[in-house]
Amino acid sequence: MFVYFIKRLLYALPIAVGVTVFVFSLVYLGGDPLDAVLPDDATAADVQEIKEIYGFDKPLPVQYITWLGRAITGDFGTSIGTGQPVADEISRAIVNTLILAICSALTGFPFAVFLGTLAGYYHGQRADKIVSGFAITGVSVPHYWLAIVLVIVFSVELNILPSLGMGPGGSEDWTLDWAHAKHLILPVIGGSIISMGIIARSMRAAVAEILNQEFVRALRSKGLSESRIAYHVMKNALPSILGVVGLEIGSLMGGSILIETIFSWPGAGFLLNEAIFRRDLPVLQGTILVLAMFFVILNLIVDISQTFVDKRIIRT
Amino acid sequence: MSANINKPRTYWQSVRSRLRRDPVTLSCAGIIIGIVLLSIFAPLIAPANPYDANMLNRLAPIGSPGYPLGADELGRDMLSRLIYGGRISLIMGLLPVFLALLIGASCGIIAGYVGGRTNMLIMRTMDIFYAFPSVMLAIAISGAIGAGIENGLLSLTLVFIPPITRVSESITVQIKSLDFIDAARATGASNSRIILSHIIVNALGPIFIYCTSLVSVSIIIASGLSFLGLGVSPPEADWGLMLSTLRQSIYVNPWVCALPGVMIFTTSLCFNLMSDGLRSAMDVKM
Repeated sequence: MFVYFIKRLLYALPIAVGVTVFVFSLVYLGGDPLDAVLPDDATAADVQEIKEIYGFDKPLPVQYITWLGRAITGDFGTSIGTGQPVADEISRAIVNTLILAICSALTGFPFAVFLGTLAGYYHGQRADKIVSGFAITGVSVPHYWLAIVLVIVFSVELNILPSLGMGPGGSEDWTLDWAHAKHLILPVIGGSIISMGIIARSMRAAVAEILNQEFVRALRSKGLSESRIAYHVMKNALPSILGVVGLEIGSLMGGSILIETIFSWPGAGFLLNEAIFRRDLPVLQGTILVLAMFFVILNLIVDISQTFVDKRIIRT
Repeated sequence: MSANINKPRTYWQSVRSRLRRDPVTLSCAGIIIGIVLLSIFAPLIAPANPYDANMLNRLAPIGSPGYPLGADELGRDMLSRLIYGGRISLIMGLLPVFLALLIGASCGIIAGYVGGRTNMLIMRTMDIFYAFPSVMLAIAISGAIGAGIENGLLSLTLVFIPPITRVSESITVQIKSLDFIDAARATGASNSRIILSHIIVNALGPIFIYCTSLVSVSIIIASGLSFLGLGVSPPEADWGLMLSTLRQSIYVNPWVCALPGVMIFTTSLCFNLMSDGLRSAMDVKM
């Protein structure tokens, strides 16, 4: 078991390094990164001076190592747009994104797991068809459009739910009360709809497949009650549940940009959107790096917890 | 010799007969063909010029005279813009998946067939891109290289290469372990011959099915990029961009503003349903 953890950690390491290389090179994908900052009439001497200040005059590998060294200690540079340390902006935003992601994961995801399991159990029957219909609609919906439709229905037409910000009066100090919860409802639905569809679909497939295995027939012929059989099926489906739910929490965070832009939710996606339009490359880089690292760590946690619930995974 | 009356049906015959009994898949295919035809023949079908602005009719409601589906924030005919919008939106949905299929399937088949170090190199590189949720990867690349159709196509293609490579690799590994490959090798077939006439022929079906399910993701993300201002630029008619510019007007005429999304939704739903139908008709398990 311990050896497996070490192996898994060692396996995640090169991926994490690869991610940092990719995020670092993002800045150079769009051409000279200084173009966005420098005025058009900058003289060659000015350009040279700026290059030296920002360290752009050094060879790329040196720049990468310097950048990585700073990033590891939590220094992502200063935002070109606001002049504030990028790390401060990101940590503030990421908490807000986490609030959204956790609320989705606690409300929508268990519901989707339940529906998917139900569909898998009644494979081919009416319950399955209804759930599958909902699930395929869920994965096909452009969630940003659904978010707009939700705003139209609940904010514009019915005027019962707020459509902007995290709390009353645009406050960013989040507390758990009804006034703030009201602001959560629409972003959570809009943000989690696709993930819920994906989860329901994978659960349905996993449960249906497990029910088809011989051990279930053996349990049935042994005279086990349906609820006991359900317990065995769920135990076997648990690794799949963990896998898909983990992946989708990552997608929620990574895909937050559209939802957060629509609802002006001051999270990481919103920050990323601002950074893109200001060509604020340090913020862009920092946000993407932090979100991607979250995803790498999340995958690691999922893999390890999967082995806890099903030790057979280690052997493969 | 008498002709064999009980000639067993070939694989494709049974696929066809299964599809014929699947009204959902057939109607989805029909709708997709319809949308494609509308886009191709947009200049002949659209009742008005999609770029003709008319300030007097800004945000005309659905059913206004001369504007069957209303008008947008600049008074342009919605129906015509929706018809024209399919052109870019469909290209942005289909082309990246197709390009990624060419690259990803080649990488995956090579990795799966050759194995060893080559496999390690290709698959571990893909793992890095797997560390990004797809929407974020597309936005990160587009955000870094800037807006525009070509850049959007590039970033979406890059997004779909890793998953297609992964699927192609695992399918190739499966096929490679089957007996008939050993038989082919025993008869002296060369590697390239085995790949071309055995692996690709058998792997392409499942890979293709997988790709059809990606088309709907691609349409949603592509429109999402335009929605964020990272794809097509105004005044072009594109469903995502239309949704984004009309968003400011939801307090004036909400339902006209929701229309472009209906098109994105319909197209992506049809691709998903068709993909599911094809998968079960072709009996592909993934």
